[in-house]
Amino acid sequence: MSNIILEARNISKVFTDPVQMNVLNDISFSVGKGEFVSVVGKSGCGKSTLLYILSTMDTDYQGELWIDDQKVTGQREQQLAAIRNEKIGFVFQFHYLLNEFTVLENITLPGRKLGKLSTQVLEDRAMKLLRTLGIEHLYNKKANRISGGEKQRVAIARALINEPQIIMGDEPTGNLDKKNSEIVFEIFQQLSQEFNQSLLIVTHDPEFAARTSRVIEMEDGKILRQ
Amino acid sequence: MNAKLIIDIALSLLMARWKQTLVAAIGVTFSITMFITLLGFMNGLNDMLDALILNRTAHVRLFTEIKPKADQPVYEHPEFKDNHNILHSIRSGNSRESIYNSGAIIKTLQQDNRVIGIAPKLKAQVFFNEGNIDITGVIDGIDVEAEAALFFFNDYVVKGNAADIRNLANTIILGKGLAEKLLVDIGDVVQITTAQGESFRLKVAGYFQSGLQDLDKVQSYASIQTVQKLLGKPADYITDIQLKVRDINDAPAMAKEFATTFNIDSEDIQSANAQFETGSSVRSLISYAVGITLLIVAGFGIYNILNMMIYEKMDSIAIMKATGFSGKDVNRIFMVIALSIGFFGGLTGLVFGFIISSIIDQIPFNTAALPTIKTYPINYDAIYYVIGFSFSMFTTFLAGYFPARKASKVDPVIIIRGK
Repeated sequence: MSNIILEARNISKVFTDPVQMNVLNDISFSVGKGEFVSVVGKSGCGKSTLLYILSTMDTDYQGELWIDDQKVTGQREQQLAAIRNEKIGFVFQFHYLLNEFTVLENITLPGRKLGKLSTQVLEDRAMKLLRTLGIEHLYNKKANRISGGEKQRVAIARALINEPQIIMGDEPTGNLDKKNSEIVFEIFQQLSQEFNQSLLIVTHDPEFAARTSRVIEMEDGKILRQ
Repeated sequence: MNAKLIIDIALSLLMARWKQTLVAAIGVTFSITMFITLLGFMNGLNDMLDALILNRTAHVRLFTEIKPKADQPVYEHPEFKDNHNILHSIRSGNSRESIYNSGAIIKTLQQDNRVIGIAPKLKAQVFFNEGNIDITGVIDGIDVEAEAALFFFNDYVVKGNAADIRNLANTIILGKGLAEKLLVDIGDVVQITTAQGESFRLKVAGYFQSGLQDLDKVQSYASIQTVQKLLGKPADYITDIQLKVRDINDAPAMAKEFATTFNIDSEDIQSANAQFETGSSVRSLISYAVGITLLIVAGFGIYNILNMMIYEKMDSIAIMKATGFSGKDVNRIFMVIALSIGFFGGLTGLVFGFIISSIIDQIPFNTAALPTIKTYPINYDAIYYVIGFSFSMFTTFLAGYFPARKASKVDPVIIIRGK
């Protein structure tokens, strides 16, 4: 088994509306196991677009995407959903927690969808994650009753519940203040160093990027440096 | 595991919007309640009106029609039988009203297991003499026991005892209208004159009320023996054999079969009373139309609420898709929401429909025309409950289908990037 978790091969994407425009131009790179990669670049350089292609949610592109030695490009919607469920964890700028559920239920939801472990085991695992993230006292609260920084940490726990191959983040600290950003970054770093977790984070915060193990710089749909 | 998860999520979404859910479910409940009540009541009335005629009508009636012979003697004559003969003014003089060989026919019919009851009958035209006025009337000679068993005769004898006409000689049960015209009461004697000019005196044993006023003004009943005596006919003289058959749908075929077997005329209930079936089916059609209209309106309510819920829950749908729920799963979640509104709304509707039906069933309904009916009639046939419930599931399925499909097509990238 190779050490590469995610590999992009010559990925391009063209917007035709309103005018033809190359958003992504022949992007190729790979992420290895345990790497903490950040993608930086100016607003509109295509870094988020790239992330959504890598996350399998956007299927409208040219080139090939491989995740965990499996070709993802061209798979059907249902298989893509299964891949996202099992192999990718997401943290977005906005937390996207379900307000109808408690913190614990929000975290276990992707795990219950995967269906490999019983709800009891999932809840134990979710509690352990909450403890690692320092918010175990919140487990029984409804998701709309906790603060913004706490929500983002819950979202991280949710991303981790299925022990994914890679965590993807789209500006995960973009909505947070200095202190909470710091906490989130430390969590990521801890995941990378202690649990050998691969991470791919899109950010426009140069400070954040500078502290990751590898930085991919993008401009006008191309990779400048990696 | 997956099904349980989907149901859990659907129920949580429902509970989060329980007021809207309740409104949607009440819409379904209301329409199903009205559907059940309307159909139960309508069909109760239908059954009652049908029973008015059908209960007292034989499924198959055997009789001898007075008509000229089909094979006239000229066709027997060797000289003319191959010619085309034109005959004028043929009389049906030689035919008679009574059934030939009635005893043997009845015996044969008793062996036939498609026939559940046989009631012989004898009709006589008479005049009731009231002072110097003669009132025309009909006396049916009947076998009281057979008539009671097959045509619920006892239900319509509103005063007096039906069995008296069998047990006491020379007694008669008068139609209520006729009795009022003749100003007689039970125990009084009426004077009648037969078409042959013979006079008789008969004792009134009771009143009869059919619900059809015109009939009650001319109709009266006596035992077969009494009427045979009035007409001066022998003991095997009867004019009609009335049959009830096991399956009413076989009646037309059996009527034809008996007509050829016994060389007799016959009539089945379907051809004799076609107009009643038409009336019933039109009334049912109207109640179905109203019920389904109500359900469609409720369906639009559910459609609206689901659509609104989907707009509200765009974020939730997006994140569920991002974390591994497929479009199909999302579709199922919203279908479960729609169908559970239909299921519980429909079920409550059935219960309320039953309750309202039972209440209507208790409301007094007395009319001179219908002696056996004391309260409004209701039909509790389970088939209306099955249809009502199926319709509620079907409309909620349709109402949920389009919003659910829309939800399944939500593109998470557009939602998440839009933030």
